[in-house]
Amino acid sequence: MSVVQDLPAPQGTPGFRARAADFGGRHRSTTIIIGMALVGAILPVLASVPPFTAFQNQASWMDGFTNAGVFVLLALGLNLVVGVAGLLDLGYAAFFAIGSYAYAYAASPFGNEVLGINIVATLGDQAGLIFWPMLIIGALVAAAFGILLGAPTLRLRGDYLAIVTLGFGEIVPIVFLNADALTNGTNGIGGIARPYLPGIGSFSAMNPWPYYVTMLVLVTVVMIFCYRLVGSRIGRAWEAIREDELAAAANGINTVTTKLLAFALGASTAGIAGVFNASKLTVVSPDQFTFIISFTVLAMVVLGGMGNFWGVAVGAFVIYSINNVLLKTLNQFFDTVGVPILKDIDFIQLQFLLYGIALVAMMLLRPEGLFPNSRRKRELHAEMTLPGEDEMTLPEVTEEGGR
Amino acid sequence: MSDRSDILVADKVTRRFGGLVAVNAIDFTIPEGTIVSLIGPNGAGKTTFFNVLLGIIDPTGGTIEFDGRQMIARPRRVGLESLVWVSPSILIVLVSLALGVTGVLSGGGITLAGLAAVGFLIATLLLAIVRPLWYQTFLLRLGIFRSARPNDMVQAGVGRTFQNIRLFKNMTAVENVLIGMHTQMRATLADGFLSTRRARREEDVADRRAQELLTLVGLRGIGNELAKNLPYGDQRRLEIARALASRPKLLLLDEPAAGMNPKETQDLMKLISRLRTDLGLTVLLIEHDMKVVMGISDRVTVLDAGRKIAEGTPEEVRRDPKVIEAYLGTPAV
Amino acid sequence: MTAPAVNAAAPPARSLSGPGAQLAVRFAVVGALLIAAFVWMGAEQFVNALTLGAIYALVALGYTMVYGIIELINFAHGDVFMVGTFVSLSLLTSLGFSGAVKDPVLLVVLLVGVFAFTMIAMGVVGVLIERSAYRPLRNAPRLAPLITAIGVSFILQNIVQLFYGPFQTNAPQIFPTDWFINVGEVQIPVLSFFVIGVAIAMMVSLQLFIGRTRLGRAMRSTALDRDAAALMGVNINRTIAITFFIGSALAGAAGVTYGLQFGVTRFDLGFQAGLKAFTAAVLGGIGNTVGAALGGFIIGFIEVGAAVAGYTRWGPAIVFATLVIVLVFRPAGLLGQQVGERA
Repeated sequence: MSVVQDLPAPQGTPGFRARAADFGGRHRSTTIIIGMALVGAILPVLASVPPFTAFQNQASWMDGFTNAGVFVLLALGLNLVVGVAGLLDLGYAAFFAIGSYAYAYAASPFGNEVLGINIVATLGDQAGLIFWPMLIIGALVAAAFGILLGAPTLRLRGDYLAIVTLGFGEIVPIVFLNADALTNGTNGIGGIARPYLPGIGSFSAMNPWPYYVTMLVLVTVVMIFCYRLVGSRIGRAWEAIREDELAAAANGINTVTTKLLAFALGASTAGIAGVFNASKLTVVSPDQFTFIISFTVLAMVVLGGMGNFWGVAVGAFVIYSINNVLLKTLNQFFDTVGVPILKDIDFIQLQFLLYGIALVAMMLLRPEGLFPNSRRKRELHAEMTLPGEDEMTLPEVTEEGGR
Repeated sequence: MSDRSDILVADKVTRRFGGLVAVNAIDFTIPEGTIVSLIGPNGAGKTTFFNVLLGIIDPTGGTIEFDGRQMIARPRRVGLESLVWVSPSILIVLVSLALGVTGVLSGGGITLAGLAAVGFLIATLLLAIVRPLWYQTFLLRLGIFRSARPNDMVQAGVGRTFQNIRLFKNMTAVENVLIGMHTQMRATLADGFLSTRRARREEDVADRRAQELLTLVGLRGIGNELAKNLPYGDQRRLEIARALASRPKLLLLDEPAAGMNPKETQDLMKLISRLRTDLGLTVLLIEHDMKVVMGISDRVTVLDAGRKIAEGTPEEVRRDPKVIEAYLGTPAV
Repeated sequence: MTAPAVNAAAPPARSLSGPGAQLAVRFAVVGALLIAAFVWMGAEQFVNALTLGAIYALVALGYTMVYGIIELINFAHGDVFMVGTFVSLSLLTSLGFSGAVKDPVLLVVLLVGVFAFTMIAMGVVGVLIERSAYRPLRNAPRLAPLITAIGVSFILQNIVQLFYGPFQTNAPQIFPTDWFINVGEVQIPVLSFFVIGVAIAMMVSLQLFIGRTRLGRAMRSTALDRDAAALMGVNINRTIAITFFIGSALAGAAGVTYGLQFGVTRFDLGFQAGLKAFTAAVLGGIGNTVGAALGGFIIGFIEVGAAVAGYTRWGPAIVFATLVIVLVFRPAGLLGQQVGERA
């Protein structure tokens, strides 16, 4: 067992790195805002210079970044659930769907009719005003479903929870698909209003900038909240539960409600992403929310570094780019260059094969992800994880040994 | 002996596992401010009794009162609890259907009725979380009794350590103690989100108190060490510090002297006695090490085969023939 | 032998709740349900339900055995089943068969051959997966092997997709689908009897193997207490590998029967089928092989029943809802130990 890493810090003035880290720790929110502002400024610049302009113009890039941002949000939320609280949620796309449909109900003629409300008609051109409150409402609705799903199931052991969430993730799109009268079935709900800001007017498909900036703000806010939570009393409780649930309960932590909180917060983040996504695509349909989405976001969290929000955000961004840009380009590249076998391979199709391999390889070699959270790294590489001495004598399915 | 009040009253506590009666109608009280030891040969039911006491498993019979309040008993009509949650929602949906308001089921669409139904569900959940005592009293009125769980016992004032040391190995000593303080802190989710001044102040106070607790158990200065890197004796002390963090009135120590050499055992005994004299704690000890038991206990209770076979001062118990028999067998005739 | 009258709700200690009576009651209930289902669905759909159930049962066995022994939900197991369908169809097509084989002798030879081949092949695949992806993570926190399993699942799906494309592939139904047996006025395909018969034969063999052989005992003991089993000289790694082999072989057999019965397959068959089979395993009591078989048949009936009632599209949702409900209200399943009886 290595003791080297844990020697006390040497005396004397801490170096620049230590001081910077300390500053970053203490004024976390400022760091995040500065960081995101930097990222937000650099990306458009990159998108306007070669070699990036060779692939597509700046507007397309910006649009792509915004779409990537949706996945960044999803990854941040799932990181709370999986990375911080240690709950494997395999049906995360369900909450994404709920957020999207919630906005569809609020902001489209079809949806309004189903609900029996009159927003679109009343607001007319400014229907998109509803977007801003819907960000909060969509989050709350998704959180509500998170609580509904979680309340009876969170006391199940990890594997069972995974399967249950998987089942839920399957059920929700099926419901949306089949409840024709309420959801317009396979055609989905269209005509969803784009966001509207007085002064800028309605967002449009032509101009990527309003969406881009909105996404930047959303990501920044969510990240700030995430970091604050993890550094708070609740964050400690999550860590304790993740490390040793029985010991956590033995110290007064109500494991069920604490887990429920993580679950609900993760769901609400997906809800926000859903609202945004619906407002950008202007149409929602059940096939947007398959297991592939849940799996992709999970891959982003795992590969990016479970528990580390920046890592996960970067991971999400990178994976999305690989998906939507790199693989396409590889296809084009090998086609034009005419390399014998490689040009016949459809890389886009391959992407899930690559994900699968990457996931397995990651778990075997570097389970803490590319940008690990140091504590997770320690946990995952423990030489011998001595099973906690369960003082139960009965076989158990629920975590608390039969309750 | 009974000029003190009893902080814990266990009345005919029973626990069966199918045909096996592990704990058989045990009466057990702990007077406040004393150190009581629970001993008995292996298989006597000590661990099971302990688990029932801590809310890890439910008893099949009997009750346990702590600090004057009934905490543990065989759960009654727990299944009804789900009905409590769901009935307002069902009621609203039914009423709106009956009134012809286009409800959740009829083709017209989801209306406020449906949303209100979900709202009630959430409200009930919030009530259960934010005002757990109100919620429990309400349930009791309906005849629903849910036995206390481990975290409820902690909140009531019972702290514990583990036989096999269950520290959070990848957290530092201070962090471990901070977890122990979970029930003593008031920061809410909103405080977490907004990083309020109150929350930050509370964290600072908590940090200082954690250091004090570490000093109290003799671990000053190692606060930033990872728990898994601490030597065995220090780990045991850290566990005690963590248990103390929740300001318990009763501290349950599960074989705290296991694996210790004589010097460490001596130090441990001094620490436990100090807990009683300096902090006014009541201590319940499960131990096999008779030096410890006889050395610091005010009273010893002996279990065998699920029943109490002797109880009294260490001297009395040591000479009790039933106890000798339980440990050593009947003398040859 | 008077039990202490501690609690008025203690069960009466008389024979009405004795084990013999309980069993009889259960048989009666099951029998009644079966008759009701038969009457409601009609003979044809009843047989369909049994056939589908048999296939689910075979797959469920693999889930339950693996979970029983290493407490891992093998997400990739459903995809092993799917690969089984492709392996059997490719064997048959490469041998030149594409349709019904009427010659009984040739048919038997082919069936034996394709079952043996596919089962062994899938067994090997299962062991390979266990060795490379799960064994290194046996001591890791639970999240790791779960995620790995998902990764393996995707790998399998996409390898198949690479070779066979994303569309439906036809599987040679060498067992003639137009052979019928007349029961009363109803015509029941012989194929159905075959599928059900094969499944039951395999399940019975499995029970005998687990119950009566040395290896079976090794499996049981490892599932109950791995450390104690190791101390008694059981080779844990080999036992686990054998478990995977058997489970995957059974999934392979299910794959063969699926191809024979339905004639088509697709790369994503394993996902939903796997989820349903897992539901079956949980429903019956995870870790309990008889339970898995029972659960498989029940799920078959639920799915066909939903179709009969006109809710075909909701079928999967109903099955998954069953999963959630079972896990919430009775996680031990039908035949599992009643864990933590709220008391």
